[in-house]
Amino acid sequence: MKILLALALLAFNFSACAAPMDAFEFDTKAQEKIFNKLNNELRCLVCQNQAIAESNAGLAKDLRAEIHSMLLAGKTEEQIKEFMVDRYGDYVLYDPPFKPMTWLLWIGPMAIFLMGLFYARRFIFQQKSSEAPGELSDEESARLRELQSELKLTDRDDAGKTDNTKKENRS
Amino acid sequence: MMQRFMPLIIFGLLVVLLAVGLTMDPRLVPSPLIGKPAPAFELPLLNGEGVFNSEELKGKITLLNVWASWCYACRQEHEVVKQLARSGMNIVGFNYKDKKQDAQQWLAQLGNPYQVVVADEDGRAAIDWGVYGAPETFLIDKDGIIRHKVIGPVSDQKNFDDLMAVVKEISGDNL
Repeated sequence: MKILLALALLAFNFSACAAPMDAFEFDTKAQEKIFNKLNNELRCLVCQNQAIAESNAGLAKDLRAEIHSMLLAGKTEEQIKEFMVDRYGDYVLYDPPFKPMTWLLWIGPMAIFLMGLFYARRFIFQQKSSEAPGELSDEESARLRELQSELKLTDRDDAGKTDNTKKENRS
Repeated sequence: MMQRFMPLIIFGLLVVLLAVGLTMDPRLVPSPLIGKPAPAFELPLLNGEGVFNSEELKGKITLLNVWASWCYACRQEHEVVKQLARSGMNIVGFNYKDKKQDAQQWLAQLGNPYQVVVADEDGRAAIDWGVYGAPETFLIDKDGIIRHKVIGPVSDQKNFDDLMAVVKEISGDNL
């Protein structure tokens, strides 16, 4: 049983190894780390909802190879990012930079949320203040008494009705 | 009164914002290369021996048309590219990630409007130009500066009009 389990795990392991599309070799672990990081941070312009790490588009493959050779040539992460932005624009970055063009993008959702919060707060306070008891004018108190007595009448009516139905149920 | 309608106004603004967003095409990524010098390249010619250096783009207004035989929209725009060539436009063909034989056959079949065709088989030079598909067309002025980029077929009316507007603008002062 244990052997079977081990074999199953091994098989799983092999398939996991086969998943990455093209194998790149690096001089150092650090290079490989940057490579993986960049591949996940750069957008593939062909399949726009994919990072170039997961895209099989021809361009993504080319860009992976490009990043690889730049790393081997000793380029830093920043230099490679700059290289990509110079060619494809900020759009290539999944994390767009904070600048006048993108202010709305960065601040917009927060601003809309705060505005909603502001109105919600005001709405709630308005509701509360309208519930607070205030002074009634004579006219209003008279109307209130009238309403209250009407209410009592209907209450009695309702009670009578329910009694009737109960009786009917019993019979 | 104003306060009462505030949520409605905000809602209206949001609708406008989202509606505008919906009508924009996310596949059109503006090129950061507009206004910058054309990236340098030296590529083999598709037909015959020899190479073409991007320095040779200077001197006259040129269209650099990125195409490939595997690209359907390139076939669609080809008639318009030929028309442009007939009207005297200097057009350089940039054959992108294509097999030499396929590309040559494509031109033989559909006609060759290009002054010269360079072959970027591995797509390395195209990266420098920020190419992310075909067709794409760059407008380069006399000084070798990229002035406009068409993403998609130039046969599209809006693409064509936009391109022509810039051609008119830059040829006005230095044709």
